[in-house]
Amino acid sequence: MKLLASSLTDKTYASVLLTLLAVTFIIPLCNWLTPTDSPLHFSAYTVSLIGKYLSFALLGLSLDLVWGYCGILALGHGAFFALGGYAIGMYLMRQIGSRGVYGDPLLPDFMVFLNWQELPWYWFGFNHFGFALLMVVLVPGSLAFVFGWLAFRSRVTGVYLSIITQALTYALLLAFFRNEMGFGGNNGLTDFKEILGFSIQSEAVRSTLFLLSGLALIIALITCRWLVNTKLGRVITAIRDQEARVRFLGYRVELFKLWIFVFAAMLAGIAGALYVPQVGIINPSEFSPLNSLEIVIWVAMGGRGTLYGAIIGALVVNYCKTVLTGLLPDAWLYILGGLFIVVTVLLPDGIVGLIQRKLKEQRA
Amino acid sequence: MKLSVNTLLNETAKNPTGAVVVDGTLDTRHGPILYMEDVSVSFDGFKALNNLSLYIDDGELRCLIGPNGAGKTTLMDVITGKTRPDTGTVFFGQTIDLLSLDEPAIAQAGICRKFQKPSVFDALSVFENLELALKANKSTWKTLFFRLTGEQRDRIDEVLSTIGLLDSFSQRAGILSHGQKQWLEIGMLLMQEPKVMLVDEPIAGMTHQEIERTAELLLSLQGKHSIVVVEHDMAFVRSIARKVTVLHEGSVLTEGTMDEVQADPRVIQVYLGG
Repeated sequence: MKLLASSLTDKTYASVLLTLLAVTFIIPLCNWLTPTDSPLHFSAYTVSLIGKYLSFALLGLSLDLVWGYCGILALGHGAFFALGGYAIGMYLMRQIGSRGVYGDPLLPDFMVFLNWQELPWYWFGFNHFGFALLMVVLVPGSLAFVFGWLAFRSRVTGVYLSIITQALTYALLLAFFRNEMGFGGNNGLTDFKEILGFSIQSEAVRSTLFLLSGLALIIALITCRWLVNTKLGRVITAIRDQEARVRFLGYRVELFKLWIFVFAAMLAGIAGALYVPQVGIINPSEFSPLNSLEIVIWVAMGGRGTLYGAIIGALVVNYCKTVLTGLLPDAWLYILGGLFIVVTVLLPDGIVGLIQRKLKEQRA
Repeated sequence: MKLSVNTLLNETAKNPTGAVVVDGTLDTRHGPILYMEDVSVSFDGFKALNNLSLYIDDGELRCLIGPNGAGKTTLMDVITGKTRPDTGTVFFGQTIDLLSLDEPAIAQAGICRKFQKPSVFDALSVFENLELALKANKSTWKTLFFRLTGEQRDRIDEVLSTIGLLDSFSQRAGILSHGQKQWLEIGMLLMQEPKVMLVDEPIAGMTHQEIERTAELLLSLQGKHSIVVVEHDMAFVRSIARKVTVLHEGSVLTEGTMDEVQADPRVIQVYLGG
C-alpha cells in the first residue's frame, strides 16, 4: 500500500508505468482482434522492433541499479544480457531437432559441420524449457557473483573496475568467437524454428513475446522501485555517496555491492532471453564492449538514478538508432559519441532531469 | 537552548549497551576499554606512529592534541581497522583483538568514528541517515526486509532531539549547514550505541553557540560511552577535557590535565617550535 501511495505521488513514475501498461496490452490486443489488413494492425516487423526496445529498456533499468544507485560504472553489462540470450538460444537450437540443414536429430548444424560426434556436456538439459529459463538467470548471476566477489572484496573501485568489466566482456567476446567453444562461433545461434512447439515466426508467438517483454519490464520496474525504497536501497545509495562511512557504520559494503550486482546481472539475463527469440539470432557481437557502452549512454541519456529515466533513455536512443542507421548507416557511432558528450556537458540529469526542470520553471 | 540528553541517558541506563560478541565478549573488568601497545605505522619510511602506547578507560572522555602530522588521524585509522600497524597490539577490552577484525566488524563490536570531514549521506534525509546508522542486524537480506519498530523510531526521535535536528528530520542531509552535518554525524554514532566513540575535529566550521552545545553534548555522553576527541581548538579542549594526551611525531609526549600539559616545557617546545 505504501508503495502504491508513493508511486501515485511521483507523477513521472506513475505516468511511465501507465504508458508501459498501455503499450504492452494495446499492441498485442490490436493484433489479435483486428484482421491483418486493418490500419490498426501492427506489422510483425513493428511488433518485434518495439519488443526489442522493451527488452533493451529492461537492460537499461538493470544497469541503472548498479550505476545510478550504487555508483558502479559497469562497462561490461552487455555480457550478462548476451549470456541470458545464449541460454535461451541453446534451448531454441535444441528445439530445431532434425529439421536442420544436416538433419541430425541431436546435434545443431554447426556441430555437424565441425564433425562433432556428440553433444558437449554443457548443452545437456537445454532441451527443457524450464532448465533453459533457470540458466537465463543462473549463468549471468553466477558470473556476476564470481567476478563481483573478487573485485569488490579486493576493493577495486572507480575507473579500474570499469576497465576490468570492459575486459570481462571483451574476453567473453573472443571466447565465444571460437568454434571450439561449442556456441556456434562467429555465426552464433540462429535459424530457430519453434518455441514450446509453436512456430517462432507466427504472429501469435510474436505478440506473446512482445507481451512478455512488456510485462517483464513493468514487473522489473515495480520491483526495482520497491528495492531502492527499502533500507537496502538506501544503503546502496549511501555506498555511492560515502563508501567509507557505510563501512564504518558496520555494513559489509562488498556484500551489498555484490547483491545488487548479481541481481542486476540476472535482470540483464532475462532481458537477453526476451531479446533473442524476437530478433531470431544471438552471436558473439552481443559481447562487444561497444554494446555495453551503449547501455551506459541510454541510462545517462534518460537520467540515471531514477529507474524510469533508464527506460526512457533506452527507448529514445534505440528509436533514434533505428531511424538514423537507416538514413546514415555510417554515421551512427559518431552520433552516439556526440550524444554522450552532449548529455555529459549539457544534460547531467538526462532527459528526465530536463523535463522536470522545464516543468518546475513553468510552475514558477 | 537546553539539550534534551537526559531522556537519552535514561534510556541508555535502562537498556545498557551490551557489548557485541565478535571474538570474545567485551571485558573491561580488569582495566582499560581500549589499549594500544608499541604500535608503529610507517608510510614509505615516514613513521606516522612510533611505538605508541595509549590506554583509554571505560567511560572516560579523553582529548588528543598535537601538532599537524603528530599521528592523531592515523591512530584513529588503526583503531577502526582502516590502517594495519606494522607492529604492536590493539585490544578492545581484555579479549577482543582489533587487529584481527575489519572495519565493519570493529564498528559492530562497538567502536564508532566521526570523520574529520563531515561524512553524511547527502542524498538521504536526516531521518534516513540515522536509520542507516541504527544498531541492527546489518546483513544484506535482513537489511532488505528491515522494518523500523516503534521502539527504534522512538530511539531515532530521541537522537534527533539530542542533536537538535528534530525539526529538519525530513530534510535532505545535503542542505544542512556544516555544523548541523557535524551533529548529524555525531547522531549517527549515537544510533550505533557505541562503547567507544572516536571523534575527529568535531567543532570545525561551527559557530560559537554550536561549539558550546557540542561541548555540553560530549560532556553529557561521558560515563555512558568512552570518548576520544581529537581537536585543535585549545579553548574547546580545555572546556571538556579531564585528561589530555599530547602526541608528537607518532608517540605520546605527555599525559595529564590540561593545566599540567600546558605547563610541560616539552609541550611548549613542540607547539612553539623552540
